[in-house]
Amino acid sequence: MRRYVSFMVGREEYGADITRVQEIRVWDSVTRVPHTPKYLLGVLNLRGAIVPVLDLRMRFGVDRAAYEATTVVVVLRVPNERGERTVGVVVDAVNEVHDIALEQIQSAPPLAGGAVDQAFIKGIATLKDRMIILLHIDLLVNAATG
Amino acid sequence: MPIDLKMEEILSIFFQESAEGLDAMESGLLALEATADREAINGIFRAAHSIKGGAATFGIAELSGFTHNVETLLDRMRDGSMPTTSEAIQLLLQAADVMRELIDLAQSKKPIVSVNADALTRKLSELLGDTASYGEPQGTSAIAPSPVAGSRALPAIDEAGVAGWRIEFRPHPSLFLTCNDPLRLFRELAAFGELIVQATADALPAFGAMDPTQCYLAWTLTLRAGVRRAQLAEVFDWVDANSTILYEPIRSAPCDIETPTAMLSAPAVPHPQMPLAAAPPARASVDAGSIRVATEKVDALINLVGELVITQSMLSRFSDHCDTSNLESLRRGLAQLSRNTRELQESVLKIRMLPVSFSFNRFPRLVHELSRKLGKKVELRLSGENTEIDKIVLEKIGDPLVHLVRNSLDHGLETPETRAAAGKSETGVLELNAFHEGGSVIIEVKDDGAGLQTARILAKAHERGLVDPQATLTDEQIHNLIFVAGFSTAEAVSDVSGRGVGMDVVGRNINDLGGHVQISSQAGRGSTVRIRLPLTLAILEGQILRVGKEIYVISLVSIVETVQPRGKQIHSINGGSEVYKHRDSYLPVIRLHELFAIETDIREISDGLLVVVESDGKRVAILVDELLAQQQVVIKSLDTNFKQVPGLAGATIHGDGTVALILDVPGLIGLFLSKKPPQMAA
Amino acid sequence: MACTILAVDDCASMRQMVSFTLKHAGYGVIEAIDGLEALAYARGNSADLVLTDVNMPRMDGITLVRELRQIESYKFVPMLVLTTEAGRDKKMAGKQAGATGWLLKPFDPEKLLATIAKVL
Repeated sequence: MRRYVSFMVGREEYGADITRVQEIRVWDSVTRVPHTPKYLLGVLNLRGAIVPVLDLRMRFGVDRAAYEATTVVVVLRVPNERGERTVGVVVDAVNEVHDIALEQIQSAPPLAGGAVDQAFIKGIATLKDRMIILLHIDLLVNAATG
Repeated sequence: MPIDLKMEEILSIFFQESAEGLDAMESGLLALEATADREAINGIFRAAHSIKGGAATFGIAELSGFTHNVETLLDRMRDGSMPTTSEAIQLLLQAADVMRELIDLAQSKKPIVSVNADALTRKLSELLGDTASYGEPQGTSAIAPSPVAGSRALPAIDEAGVAGWRIEFRPHPSLFLTCNDPLRLFRELAAFGELIVQATADALPAFGAMDPTQCYLAWTLTLRAGVRRAQLAEVFDWVDANSTILYEPIRSAPCDIETPTAMLSAPAVPHPQMPLAAAPPARASVDAGSIRVATEKVDALINLVGELVITQSMLSRFSDHCDTSNLESLRRGLAQLSRNTRELQESVLKIRMLPVSFSFNRFPRLVHELSRKLGKKVELRLSGENTEIDKIVLEKIGDPLVHLVRNSLDHGLETPETRAAAGKSETGVLELNAFHEGGSVIIEVKDDGAGLQTARILAKAHERGLVDPQATLTDEQIHNLIFVAGFSTAEAVSDVSGRGVGMDVVGRNINDLGGHVQISSQAGRGSTVRIRLPLTLAILEGQILRVGKEIYVISLVSIVETVQPRGKQIHSINGGSEVYKHRDSYLPVIRLHELFAIETDIREISDGLLVVVESDGKRVAILVDELLAQQQVVIKSLDTNFKQVPGLAGATIHGDGTVALILDVPGLIGLFLSKKPPQMAA
Repeated sequence: MACTILAVDDCASMRQMVSFTLKHAGYGVIEAIDGLEALAYARGNSADLVLTDVNMPRMDGITLVRELRQIESYKFVPMLVLTTEAGRDKKMAGKQAGATGWLLKPFDPEKLLATIAKVL
């Protein structure tokens, strides 16, 4: 049984391990960093720390990423080979916290034409009326921020 | 705290202490070459002695065993029974290296096996002329009784069949002054068996003449226990020097009372040797009045102060943009805060500063060994060892300095014969100087050797395509080509300088630290390498600038000049590249907005400003929209959560809370050049 | 009523070892990095026992004992010297200076405690 936070990116609902979530912030301006992929919006100041921000909507190939009132930055703390890093990801909206048991998770069928690499998907959780795509958030974040 | 954790802590202190002790030993030994001085040897002895003691206490037998021989040699050298020869000093220097090796092995919890240790132990034993190697000190307990030496001997007696002892114990009057209580001794004896105590008061003076601090009594003790005399002697060990003790064995056959063999313990004959010296100040302890602080703590403190500076700066900006004219006290308060913060920051940064000597102190040894190897005579002069510099800068400047010194010794300084033939003194001089200048630290490596070979350098540079064949260069410019990436004249693969680790690497390392390096040289007279380093890496004196809507920071140190370009000074070459005529030279223009894909209104160079920067001997002009303030910024790494980005040296938090990126001038130039064919600014 | 021991040694690691051993056994410990510091402490404060190393810079252990004995309140305080040297002459020197006894280095914590218990 694990706890996940689910959030919307485009029309899909995704989930990330709650132990990685440090905080949720409102979208605010970010300093652009040159020579970085488009989905890497830049860096922001989080109480003195320089934190890169990556736009999951661009990363997942959703058109028309908007920056509205519900747009949020989920600040994640993920381990990496040097220790750990703090990264912000921009999503369309944050939903809720779910307790998901192993039995509820099925392996994902190959997503045809999906921009999300299969390697980053842990599985699909089926809850009552919805389907949450669970992410290997560590892998995803580390790969995106180099 | 759990015992094992505490022990680990104490052990790590021991390792650190020992490392320092070995440093002291090494510098002491090197000084010994010049003047053989008893005080100096004493200091070196003490250092070795402490390490041995600690090693034994902490159970590192291999280290204590090895150090024992070192200690013995030093002991003999200090009392004069062995001469202080150059050979002995060399051996001891090597021993110090072995001790370092053993300590490293112990510290990394590896098995403590060392071929060097075994070899050196053999050599030391040979020199000492005895076969007693790994072992505990035999001590100076003489066996043969000799009144001159004042040592007491217990003549052998037959202890067969001993059922008890009669002991005559007559302490000297001063016994009590050593806080030894006869009753305690009797209690210990009683633990062996039945004890009968009988006091003799024949020495008691008249009551009025009695001094309560003096012992006037003597005792006869009868102990019924089959113990050995050695065990009794142990009980009386602490008092036998100021008492008279007679031991008489009692055999089991009751009538067999032997005449007590007169075993007089000699009263304290003051041993003629051993004037216990008042503490010789062998080692000028840099540590007097200081504490050790873990670097993480200092880093954390520096971070916090950095935050404080940002907060204060934000408040300042707030007060700038608000109508606080009627809040005069607020303004004053903020000004005060600004001052306080700056001072706090300065003192906190000072914590991380260390004297350059930490880096310089490896050189006496290095020069000593290298000059021997190369057959050259060198005098090393150090100055400004107390000049302080940021810890990280210090760590990183070590290797480049070693390389520069090796280079001077290998290629700069000539052999004694060559020098003599040139009318110079046979001993070459190598100087290492450190001092503060402006907001930087300058380190000079100076030799009075043969100087650089200008023609050869130029030829090499042409060969490597680093210089435009048409360009005319001054000697100085040619000499500094050795630092340019891709250069290296070390033809001979001498293991001294090593191939591939060229001066260009030295140049790059120094640039990475935010410093500059330059060489000036005169044929036949020598060369001087001058390194300029920032005092600290945490803070930057920056020029804030704007390109489009984005803010960037450039280090003030790298800015040569800022100019308002006029159309006539701008030229276009080779279809596309733009250059700006700055005084007598043409500088390539870097359009930052193009390089970084920033949107801006500036189209013509003359609409913006050109910031002329210099790095690595190259000068370029960077086109920006506007210059903003000049201020100190706290450097934050992009690396922590993100990664190194070419052209950027880091980031900083601007006064309004947003992130501003810090430009890396060498990186920027590199990025720019990689997109265009090489154009060297003359 | 805890007894206070004045422990003197220029090596931090040894000092800590001694201090830890003694504190663990319930003694109060005052540490001094050398003879001068110990003497400075002793001039204004009392201790129930002094434990000192011999080989120290600025002032060695034997000299320290001799100096301490001059202080009225330390005339009858037991003083133990920690030494690696078992030589007769060293012992003699120690005695002359007024030392109560000695302990050989490397010391065994058990032995240290036992010896101190005997003397205090």
